Amino acid sequence: MTDPLVRLENLTVRFDERPVVDRVNLAIHRGDIITIIGPNGAGKTTLIKAVLGIQKVSAGHVSLKKNLVIGYVPQHLTLEATLPVSVKRFMLLSGQSIAECESALARTGVGHLLHASVHHLSGGEKQRLLLARALARKPDLLVLDEPAQGVDINGQASLYDLIRELRDDLNCGVIMISHDLHLVMAATDKVICLNQHVCCSGYPADISHDPAFIETFGRPVAESLAVYHHHHNHSHDLHGDVVEGGHTECDHAHH
Amino acid sequence: MPIIDAVLDDFFWRALIGGLGVALVAGPLGCFVVWRRMAYFGDTLAHSALLGIALSFLISVPLNLGVIITCVVLAMALVLLSRTRTLATDTLLGILAHSALAIGLVTLSFMPDVRVDLTGLLFGDLLAMSRNDLLWIYGGAALILVLLAVLWRGLLMSTIHEELARVEGVAVERLRLVLMLMFSLVIAVAMKIVGVLLITALLIIPAATARRLAHNPEIMVAMAIGFGFIAVSGGLSLSWHLDTPAGPSIVVTAFVAFLLVYGAAGKVRT
Repeated sequence: MTDPLVRLENLTVRFDERPVVDRVNLAIHRGDIITIIGPNGAGKTTLIKAVLGIQKVSAGHVSLKKNLVIGYVPQHLTLEATLPVSVKRFMLLSGQSIAECESALARTGVGHLLHASVHHLSGGEKQRLLLARALARKPDLLVLDEPAQGVDINGQASLYDLIRELRDDLNCGVIMISHDLHLVMAATDKVICLNQHVCCSGYPADISHDPAFIETFGRPVAESLAVYHHHHNHSHDLHGDVVEGGHTECDHAHH
Repeated sequence: MPIIDAVLDDFFWRALIGGLGVALVAGPLGCFVVWRRMAYFGDTLAHSALLGIALSFLISVPLNLGVIITCVVLAMALVLLSRTRTLATDTLLGILAHSALAIGLVTLSFMPDVRVDLTGLLFGDLLAMSRNDLLWIYGGAALILVLLAVLWRGLLMSTIHEELARVEGVAVERLRLVLMLMFSLVIAVAMKIVGVLLITALLIIPAATARRLAHNPEIMVAMAIGFGFIAVSGGLSLSWHLDTPAGPSIVVTAFVAFLLVYGAAGKVRT
């Protein structure tokens, strides 16, 4: 494979001598979608910030590919009520041309909101606006911090679909934090379960069987994910039972 | 030029020209004060200006320079202290604002030879504006406007979303520093107009009035400048005709404009 976009080597970040991110190794390549999951306080956001270059690293290395353009989608866009900004103005602040901005907005499905005030957008629309802003920069790497927060269930699924599509369009790498375990498992190539250190990582199907994962999230979660993942790759019969390997063509068809 | 000379010889015109010059920069900087919730911070810097004046007499440097340096030092101290997080920022600001004001007053009382017009410093002495003051005002205003124009995108972006700005390569910390320097400069020159106790009003009220009508940051800045002009010219006229103190009259005019705009805009909306 070609050189990775980002390579983390033994990345360690300590706050007051307490390691928040502990010796993490990770490489992100073009076309990857890597999702970081983990309990609160596991260092997910700190890890992302280290990748973004806005978090001081205590030990280890973050090496970025030369001239790497990063598109960042923060968790929230909380705008001070006193600051009036339209969607158009907010997009233009990225320094891109109006044509680029408009096409990015159209791509994320909020093109019709060009002249709206950012204050009047719903949670889902704000996330799509932030995604459009990242997109307008034509990033090599998309970094998303809980992109689906404050978005309803249907919106979440389509947001993750959109992220996949963008990955295909741009041929960029994607790294994101998510709490939406079910959706993550279905939409991701690789999952990293972080609890200060990387407690386990791999493909969604494998990770849900990993003892370390089960220990972190508990057996019920792991089992439900394992079932859910089968649901996507394989099939259920009409009673909702998982049809194990060797299922018939018919089972596939009703997917 | 004789016409300009004639205008500048008249104290009323000097006051008006000076006041308009301050409103020109109070507009955009006031918007940042409002956007970044720095009202109390501005107040603290303004209060420390009096300490700056006392110190300038003590070591005999020009007043404006002394005020600017004191404001800058205090601003830096505030940034450093707020990082330690042992005290909440508003507590810290409250302590420093009033301590700086009190230390300034005490220091001045130790210098009986120095005759300062305390009321003028606290509430402004616009009508005593000299040609030299005008030079300071317009020099400072030109510097601030150029800086704002050059740094506008970065300043605005780091105000909207600091982390996003940082990822996009905006030097957020450096811009914060530049913004502090600009505040210090505007306080040093605005002190003459409305005095240290009322400077924050001149920054905040026009910007807040503009917020009600504006839909974009740049329009809000332009409107804030406009409301600043209205406040200065209205306040000076009031002072001229009714013999009221100039500084407070300007703030009262700004406040009346604020009430009118919010009252009228409220009616339109419902």
